[in-house]
Formats: sequence, C-alpha cells, structure tokens
Amino acid sequence: MVIKGYGGGEMELFGEFFQAMQDMTLVSFAQHMVNGISLGSLYALIAIGYTMVYGILLMINFAHGDIVMMACYFAFFGITVFHIPWYFTFVGVIVATALLGVLIERTAYRPLREAPKNSVLISAIGASFLLENLANYLFSGRPLRFPEIPVLTQNIAVGGVQIQSICLVIPVITLLSLVVLLHIVNHTKTGMAMRAVSKDYEIARVMGINIDRVISTTFIIGSALAAIGAFMWGVRYPGITPMLGVMPGLKCFIAAVIGGIGNIKGAVIGGFILGLGEVMIVAFFPDLSGYRDAFAFIVLIVILFYKPTGLLGEKTTEKV
Amino acid sequence: MSKRNMLLTVVGLVVLFAASCYVQLEMDSYTRRIVNLCLIYAIIGLSMNLTNGFVGQFSLGQAGFMAIGAYVVGVFTVPVEFRDTVFYAVPMNPLIADIELPLWAALILGGIMAMLFAFIVGTPVLRLHGDYLAIATLGFSEIIRIVITNAQSFTNGALGIKDIPTINDVRFIFVATAIVFIIVTCLLNSSYGRAFKAIREDEIAAEAMGINLFKHKNMAFMLSAFFAGIGGGLYATLLGTVDPKNFLFTLTYNFLLIIVLGGMGSITGSMLGSIIVTGGLEFLRIFDEPLMIMGMDIPLFRPGFRMVIFSILLMACVLFWRKGIMGTEEFTWDKFFAFCKNPFKYIWQKGASK
Repeated sequence: MVIKGYGGGEMELFGEFFQAMQDMTLVSFAQHMVNGISLGSLYALIAIGYTMVYGILLMINFAHGDIVMMACYFAFFGITVFHIPWYFTFVGVIVATALLGVLIERTAYRPLREAPKNSVLISAIGASFLLENLANYLFSGRPLRFPEIPVLTQNIAVGGVQIQSICLVIPVITLLSLVVLLHIVNHTKTGMAMRAVSKDYEIARVMGINIDRVISTTFIIGSALAAIGAFMWGVRYPGITPMLGVMPGLKCFIAAVIGGIGNIKGAVIGGFILGLGEVMIVAFFPDLSGYRDAFAFIVLIVILFYKPTGLLGEKTTEKV
Repeated sequence: MSKRNMLLTVVGLVVLFAASCYVQLEMDSYTRRIVNLCLIYAIIGLSMNLTNGFVGQFSLGQAGFMAIGAYVVGVFTVPVEFRDTVFYAVPMNPLIADIELPLWAALILGGIMAMLFAFIVGTPVLRLHGDYLAIATLGFSEIIRIVITNAQSFTNGALGIKDIPTINDVRFIFVATAIVFIIVTCLLNSSYGRAFKAIREDEIAAEAMGINLFKHKNMAFMLSAFFAGIGGGLYATLLGTVDPKNFLFTLTYNFLLIIVLGGMGSITGSMLGSIIVTGGLEFLRIFDEPLMIMGMDIPLFRPGFRMVIFSILLMACVLFWRKGIMGTEEFTWDKFFAFCKNPFKYIWQKGASK
C-alpha cells in the first residue's frame, strides 16, 4: 500500500511494516515488550486514581495528571536538594502527594458538591491549570533532571536482553499496589463504604456513611498510587517539566474509560492496552512515531463509539 | 424588538465603529493590538458559548478549530514568492504551492474547513455527555495539533508559518466581530435558538417535544467550529506567524474563563468577559516584572506569577460566582433604561425576583 502526501514523498506504510517485521528479532521484540509492559504499568497506576474518583464523584479529576507532576517535583527536591536517601524520599513523596490530593478535594471539589456537573468540571480544569502554573512559577519552566538512583537505573542483561532494572521493578510494584488496593476495596469496612457510595450516593448517606470521609479516603488512595507511579515515571523518563503530567493524565483517563470507568481492574487492563499499543506502534511503524500521542485518542473514540461503557463496564440506562 | 430599540442598536453599532476608527487612527499600536485581541477573543468566546452555554454541551475543542482556521489563512495568504523561504525545510506540496487567496476568502475557507472537521468529529462525539464529551473534544483538538505538526509539506510542521501578511486594523476586525455577533444573535432568537436552550434545560423533555437532539447539537457544534475557525484566522493575521505550539489545549482555558466570567449562555456576557480577561491579562503583566519597593526586591514578582493569578481567578470565579457577570441574561435597551431611570429600584427588584 502506498500513501502519497505526508512527509513530502511516497510512504510505503506496509512495506515498512514488513521491513520492520524482518528486522525484528526475538531479542528486540522482547525489548519492546518490556518497554510496553513497564509503560502500561505506569499508566495503570495513574488510571486507578481516575477511575476511583469517577466511580464515586462522577467527575474527571483533571488535576490528577498534575498531581503526578507535583509528585515528581517532590521527589526531585527530596533527593537532590535535601539529600534524603531515595527510599525515605519515596515514602515522603507518597505522604506529601496524598495530602496534596486531599487539599485539592477540600478546596476545589467539596464546595461544589451540590453544583451542576459542568461547574465541577470547570473547577477541576481550574485546579489542574493552577497546579501547572504554580509549578511553572515556583520551579521555573526549565526541565529538571530527576536524580539518578543507581540501583534502579543500572542495566542488567536477562537472556541477551539489556533491561534497565526499573523496568522489572515497575510491574512488580504495580502488582503489589494492586493487590493491596483490591484488598482494601473488597475486604475492609472503608472499602465497603466506598463501594456503597459509588453504587448510590444518596442511599449511602442515608445509611449513615460519612460521605466526606469516604471521598477524602478515595483521594488519598488515588494520589498515593499516583505518587508511586510518578516516582517510577521519574526514574524511567528523567526530564521533569511543569507540563509533564498533562499527556499521561489524559492518556490514563482514556485508559480508565477503555476499561470501563469506575472499575479498578478495567483501569489496569486499559493502561496495559495503551502502554503496549503505543510502544508497538512505534516499533512496527517507525514513520508513525509522530502520531504516537494521537493513538490513545483514536482508541478512545473507537471505544466510545462501539462500547461506551468500556470493556468491563456495566450497562447503564438513563432515567428521567 | 421594537422600532426604538432597533434604532438604538444601529446607533450603538455606528458609535462603536466610530470608536474603533478613533482607536485605529489615534492610538498607539500596542493599544490597537489589545483591542484587536479583545475582539478576536470575543468571537471565539462567543463560539464556545454557543455549544457550552446555549446548548449545554461541554466542548473543549476550540483551540483545535482555531488552529484549522489559522493554518488555512497562514497557508493560503503567504505570498507565493515568499513560500520557498518559509517552507525551507520541506518544500510546499505542489497541490497548493501556487494558490494564493485574498484574506476574506481564506478566512471563510478556514471557517468552512473547521466546520467540516466538526461535522466529521461531531457525528460520533456528540453522542457523549458531560465529561466524556469534554475529554473527547479535547482529544480531537490535540489530534489536530499533532496532525498539523506532522503534515510538514502542507503546514511546515513544527517550524510554523512566518510572513503571514498582518493586519493590525481595528476597523476590519470590528466589522468581522460585529457580523459574527449579529449572526449569532439572530440565530439564537430564531426557533433554532429556542431549541438549543430547550436542550440545555432538559434533553429528555426537549426530545419529547419533538426536537431532533442530534441535528441541533451537531448544528451548534459546526457553527461553533465555523466561528472559531474565523476567529483563529483573524488571530493568525494579527500575530503574523502560526506555530502548532500556539494552539495547545491550554489556549481553550482562556475562552473557558471568558465564558464563565461573562456568563454561560449570554451573548453580551461573552463580549464583556473577553474585554475583562484580555485586558486583565495585559494588566497582570506588571506581576511578571521584577518589582522594587523602596529599594527592596519583592521576590514574589517574577515570570509566571501572572498565570498563577489567572488560574486562581478562574477557580474563584467558578467557586464563588458561578453565574458570572450576566448569567444567562442579556443586555437589552429596556433594562438599560429601567436602570437609568432608577438604579436602586432596578437592582432591588432584580434582587427580589431571585
């Protein structure tokens, strides 16, 4: 197939695809798989935050991506400026980010609990914009370099494949966080309250559940997971800028929609689909690498068109 | 509208045109530029208000539609002899290399291109509601930007297009703005406008009354894209250059603030919002300059502070003043006279009716 136009000349899209297929050895394929899985795990961690907040408040927490960005800056300041060992910083970042999440919920979302949905959406956009501008003002727009952590950034060889050790750490940490999270949601009293609120807000309130506390807990958990993701994101992709969180944020929301919003397992599946898809597109169609960021949006449109509730979502009917 | 009000409106427009002539001939180019920017932002704010305020569909795609309009104007109005120097990295595609259009034709073509794109996008996307619609339209505006960055033989990619013939003529932009506002006002006072408002108030009830939801939503979306395209084209002629980075989706937040501040669902509110936001952003520039008070350097004032204030304003506006200046009301002459006759009584009555 020959496509004329873009890039000035003719572009043999599928010819190139077959070329890429021939060049691809088992080793390089494994390399791409590892990259895709680690990216997918990061997306999954961030997507969980979106899906949990949406499940309970029925709103997109636009500021979630910027919470990730702030967590990266917290880590930078902890390690590079205050010289705290990275494992203590890691814990500190989780705590600080969780507090930030709760602060945003208190100031930007709680006053609008009874307001029309569009107002909440605008407030969320405002919160996101404020965080970006604040980071730009406080830390300057110049990219900072995430501190190097030798244990996590060294290359190790696994069966001929050169892998950064963080790529192995990421899926493991993601899996652990997921197990802990599912335990909290399914087997604790707080989790039960969260599920009740997401099923029916009003009834849950009538049943004596402290809605505000449940929502705060949701934001704490979501932001803590975002912080874990952000730390590993920083180690893997070391340039941090105030706009760092925007693209991952949008993509992770899309991942949550793909999996069925409100569904934690769905968010993880969506994250992996996007992460692997993105890496594989660049691997097999190098000429399309400029369109890498568009991939997620195209998947979103397709999913919303054919299965608006996502892969694992429940069917909803609109009532008058 | 009574005969008297019609006459007053015409007189008002003439007075405003005279004012724009005065600005053009007597003011310095910096003031002219800000006035122009106010007018252009008012067009785009109004176009965003059309979908968000009047039809109640939360769309965040304005930056993308602006980009289409701006690039059409950029590509087609750069004089043919300059094109080799502008497109120095990758030569311009021979399909369009020899086509040069006058500004007005390029503006309308830009609007139509944006409208066509909105039609293609709107068909799948307008089935969504609320948050989903917001994120999908935002996604599309990013896709437009990514395509523009990559289609180098048409748009010169990330290098952007320079040497667009600029106009810094307040009169021309004023006339364009006035035409857009008149068209939108007529539209919203027609049966279509009433259908839009019905959809905003209650979709299900509107559908039960026989309003074709999909048709009306799509129509409003396309018109909104058309005007945003024209606004984007004017923006390109004002700046003289276009660059994909100009049309990041954060640009849409400007218009969001304009319509939230002016009032979601108010035509005159869009104009007021645009003047306040654009003028305010210029005024806030003093916060970006280092400030010395009595020989002491105030560390608070440095680049970026302006945008922090801007975003706090957006937050404060939606948290504490959700209706904005106008709410869904409009400026009318009747209200104006009632206010002039007895301001206190007018305000008291308005407060009582709430």
